[in-house]
Amino acid sequence: MAQYAVLIYAGDTAHAPDGDTTAHDDYAAKLIASGAMTAAFALQPRETATSIRGDVVTDGPFVDAKEVVAGFFVIEAPDLDAALRIAGDNPVTRQGGGVEVRPVAGGFAREL
Amino acid sequence: MTPAEAAVAEAHRRGWGLVLAATTRVARDLDLAEECVQEAYAAALASWPRDGVPASPEAWLTTTARRRAIDVIRREQVWRSKLPLLVDDPAGAPVAVDGDGDDGARVVPDERLRLIFLCCHPALAEDARPALTLRLVCGVPAADVARAFLVSEPTMAARLTRAKRKIALARIPLRVPSAAELPDRLGAVLAVIHLLFTTGHTAPRGDTLVRADLVAQALHLARMLHELMPDEPEVRGLLALLLVTDARRATRVDAQGRLLRLEEQDRTLWDRAAIDEAHALIMAGRPGRYTFQAAIAALYARAPSYARTDWPQILTLYDALLAVWPSPVVALNRTVALAEVAGPAAALDRVAELEQDERLRGYQYLSAVKADLLARLGRHADAAAAYRTALDLTTNDAERAFLAGRLTQVAPGG
Repeated sequence: MAQYAVLIYAGDTAHAPDGDTTAHDDYAAKLIASGAMTAAFALQPRETATSIRGDVVTDGPFVDAKEVVAGFFVIEAPDLDAALRIAGDNPVTRQGGGVEVRPVAGGFAREL
Repeated sequence: MTPAEAAVAEAHRRGWGLVLAATTRVARDLDLAEECVQEAYAAALASWPRDGVPASPEAWLTTTARRRAIDVIRREQVWRSKLPLLVDDPAGAPVAVDGDGDDGARVVPDERLRLIFLCCHPALAEDARPALTLRLVCGVPAADVARAFLVSEPTMAARLTRAKRKIALARIPLRVPSAAELPDRLGAVLAVIHLLFTTGHTAPRGDTLVRADLVAQALHLARMLHELMPDEPEVRGLLALLLVTDARRATRVDAQGRLLRLEEQDRTLWDRAAIDEAHALIMAGRPGRYTFQAAIAALYARAPSYARTDWPQILTLYDALLAVWPSPVVALNRTVALAEVAGPAAALDRVAELEQDERLRGYQYLSAVKADLLARLGRHADAAAAYRTALDLTTNDAERAFLAGRLTQVAPGG
């Protein structure tokens, strides 16, 4: 079993206040129930981000693009095909955004 | 060449993929597998002249390579790359090499399908997939792979290494895709084989129109895939397409290397056996992108002469192809048949629409088709302009010579 990080990329509509999160909640619940989910975090919208380069602090995400990282989660999967199957199921892929899947090299997490 | 050397060369040409795939399963590491297979072929060169060519050369080579891989693993006590290649193996244990198997009828396990799907995995960089396939499945030396894609050897070596690293680090498994995954994954394999064929069939740069070695490898792969997946309609379709396209190889250029148009080619020099084989495959197939392309090509090839080509049927097939594959290139190719059925003016109207398509920007064949239609309508000045545009976009020498010739026909001043 290996760990894969899944970065969720979405445009700004992902954080619309009246946005329906049912699909996302169901997806997360399914992953937790299956035991595949190791950790998951949803982030506050793009405007709340602050970036640092060297000593310079700026407002906004690090990479100025149409899509930003809206959240990320870590899953356990035996191989890349399995990880892609799980990550590809994320509703964001059908809502104009997407996911990046990257194998975890190492990590640490304190009990939440 | 001695008989033993010839046998080794033949076993290399036909059996490399088979031996490597079987060894990869045991070695769990692509680099180790490659080394062991290379050493097995070297060992064959040493011992077959002395001991005779074994009854089953591939079995001998596989046993030798796998034994060596197991020796290395045992001796080093640890997986070479610390990230062994995942093999979808229900038992979970490495496959043991059984018996002596120096010759004899023992069947060599055919792991090639897993290897092909691995090399063509969508997670690998697009330019890595055909290169990795040539190297691992066909056994083409890395230097020749570099030459095939017109890059330097260090560039190709880096490309292959990056791909193998990704396979190890992201844990891309060595397995045949499940039924749900198969359509996309098979599509990727077919695209790689088709790319290898078209790269060899019309060399992007350089003097000659065809690079026979790449074409041969692509045909070899298409046949291999058909052997391994005989019931897949698009696999049949791809093999049919390659066969019927390659059947015309002898006549595509004349003795001076000059490009010949379809109507100028001597049909008696076309490979009838290949065309018939393709026809049988098409008839057995079900509709799909490659099958339709093959059917169109077969209609061209089976017509007794250019003038007696069944244009309406070709147009119908193009419509069917566009329905499953709405590609602007296909739409452009369709206009050639449209010109024969509805006249050059109608075809030109369609080409003018296609010129608005972003995806065809810089596509030299659009300008060439447009030029030809304009010439047929007697609009020589416009045709000359279009031929000049096409020349600016074309890098292959034989194609450039052809276009230059057409240009002087419509604009004798040049």
